Amino acid sequence: MAKLVKFKLNGKDVEAPEGQLVIDAAKDQGVEVPHYCYHPGLGNPGVCRLCVCEVAGAPKPQMTCRTAVKEGLDVKTDSPVAKRAQASSLEFHLANHPLDCPVCDQAGECHLQDYYQRFGLYKSTVREDKRHKEKRKDIGTWVMLDQERCIQCTRCTRFVDNVTKTHELAVFGRGDRSVLDLYPGMRLDNPYSGNVVDICPVGALTDKDFRFSVRAWYLDRTPSVCTGCARGCSVEVHTNTKRPWHTGGRRVARLKPRYNPEVNGWWMCDEGRYGYKSADAKTRVKGSSVLGTDGQPAQLTPADAAARVAKELRELCADNGPEGLAFLVSASLTNEDLFALKALMKRLGVPLSNAVLAPGADQLGEEDALLRRKEKVANLSGAAALGFGVTKGPEALKGKVWGAWTVGRAGHGSWIGLPFTLWQGANAVRGSDTARWVLAGAHWTETDGTVVNFSGRVQRLRAAVPPLGESAPAWAWFGSVLRALGGAFPHDDAGSVFAALSAAEPAFAGLKFELPKDGVLLPKGRPEAATA
Amino acid sequence: MNAKHTVAKVRRPEVRFQEQIYLIEVWKGLVITTRHLLVNLYRHLSVALGRGGPAGSVTTQYPDDPQVTAKRSRTRHRLLKREDGTPRCVACMLCETVCPAKCIYIQAEESPDVMVEKRAKTFKIDLGMCVFCGYCVEACPEDAIRMDTQFIAFPGMTRKDLIWDMPELMGDVKKDPKPVKAVDPLGPAAS
Repeated sequence: MAKLVKFKLNGKDVEAPEGQLVIDAAKDQGVEVPHYCYHPGLGNPGVCRLCVCEVAGAPKPQMTCRTAVKEGLDVKTDSPVAKRAQASSLEFHLANHPLDCPVCDQAGECHLQDYYQRFGLYKSTVREDKRHKEKRKDIGTWVMLDQERCIQCTRCTRFVDNVTKTHELAVFGRGDRSVLDLYPGMRLDNPYSGNVVDICPVGALTDKDFRFSVRAWYLDRTPSVCTGCARGCSVEVHTNTKRPWHTGGRRVARLKPRYNPEVNGWWMCDEGRYGYKSADAKTRVKGSSVLGTDGQPAQLTPADAAARVAKELRELCADNGPEGLAFLVSASLTNEDLFALKALMKRLGVPLSNAVLAPGADQLGEEDALLRRKEKVANLSGAAALGFGVTKGPEALKGKVWGAWTVGRAGHGSWIGLPFTLWQGANAVRGSDTARWVLAGAHWTETDGTVVNFSGRVQRLRAAVPPLGESAPAWAWFGSVLRALGGAFPHDDAGSVFAALSAAEPAFAGLKFELPKDGVLLPKGRPEAATA
Repeated sequence: MNAKHTVAKVRRPEVRFQEQIYLIEVWKGLVITTRHLLVNLYRHLSVALGRGGPAGSVTTQYPDDPQVTAKRSRTRHRLLKREDGTPRCVACMLCETVCPAKCIYIQAEESPDVMVEKRAKTFKIDLGMCVFCGYCVEACPEDAIRMDTQFIAFPGMTRKDLIWDMPELMGDVKKDPKPVKAVDPLGPAAS
């Protein structure tokens, strides 16, 4: 930590570490300096010239993103000189901007709009015609480019140069002829391409998936955690429930990364970003059912389903012994779900080794050095911390089981036709229709709970929308079956389950359900078994 | 329409003994009718005799006689077109956002014209819910929506008839007021 020095900000004496950028120091003091090109994750090239402020002793206004804090510095961000310099800079940015806010997806979350309202509000002196460039240029799998709207802040080009190192984008030409474009023969299709839409301060880069669906001001934002892989990126779930016809009834409209220096920084991968669609997909299982003797599924109420599953399990366990019941569980389940599962297994007398949580073939994928992890499940470390085996596949149990309870993953082929087959989850997958019992599970965007990422960081999932139909979180299903078996499960929300969990499990001792927004490390560190 | 409107539960007044025996209520109704008759008779006479005072009520023979409305009254909406005949609306959702009655329903789509970019796939106004405040006209950045004056005849037989879609709002499909026929209580044979 650099030593603290005193300097003056708008006439007030403040302290900041020596060498910190003035723009950051001002932000820490609650003073916002407008800026486009500077992004804490992408550096400060000083090309937008918007963060200019008055610095005593300097002959001209200085860029606060290129000025370091030092002893005795005297910065004024709101003096007439600074304000005039900022407004003049903004006028240049808007000189060739088409002002097509009515059709622009960025409207409502656009820095150009916000800054004009707060720092601009000048009468334009530009009398020349605006330069016309290419609109609606399809540059990648997920991204649409509008060259007219671009203000050449170069955030996106620095992202593809420094973060993904894929170098697809650059600014070509000079002066008012400069345009953002792809290098010849390239397309923006790297696995992190969606991030350029987030960092674009204007509407030049827009999301093709989100394009023209909902206006930004209709969205509700819920902080949560992506369950797409073992990284567990902090995300914001943006939901549209006020105007359902805009998204054709889809409630979850998009995901955005949420800044978390300990996990994902500012970014998230495209796989996770567009993985939200399963929340409102046609494959959602909305109600529970049981296959009748005629092979047709008959609908069950949740209470009925839990009672009948419990009755059947009790009989089968009494006849064949509880060792023959296997649980094939997705390690994306929250800690609360797994805690309830543990209680249910204990009640039935099923040994903990009968739970298979190791990622199946369909739960393994690509890995890279930036964010993506090989295991496409969110809570492998949490499962290990709760004492579940997370490395052994279902093959070890082959031939020894009379029943399989599968949760949130593809069913195992060899278990088709067993006396007891149950599939529980949010989206129908391969083999889910062959199970005799089907329990409707809640999607992760509908779930409250905690997950532990690969480095042992506990983070909070928050329900952005209520569960669809009669679906319920896994802990609620386990809990109601447990209660139907005569066991005690006195919880009706995830927070109550977590309180019991942190009291019972030493790995989670002392943790509170209201975790800080960046999450916390497990008190005893990451469990060894989860490294596999 | 996907919009779900919550319906507030209202406690209905109970029928008391006074209402059940009927005669008192009939008498009360007659008192009101007689009061209106006498008050208007007095006012008409007063004006006719040149003594001034407030004018008495006059029954308008609507729809045979036109309804008198203020010259600048805000009535039905009209979606305007560009010179090439395409709707001016770019589905920016500002009218839908500002609408206090939440009676505008727009769905956006990509426009084939690259200079327009975005257009409305559906644009519906529920005139049964509209409060005719004119905010949508104020909010529109494209001058795509305006309101007619003195056009109050847009009846429908169901509430659905009052939800107007783009063709009706642009005037491509005429929603002419259906003449309201007086129903003869004795039936067609007797008349």
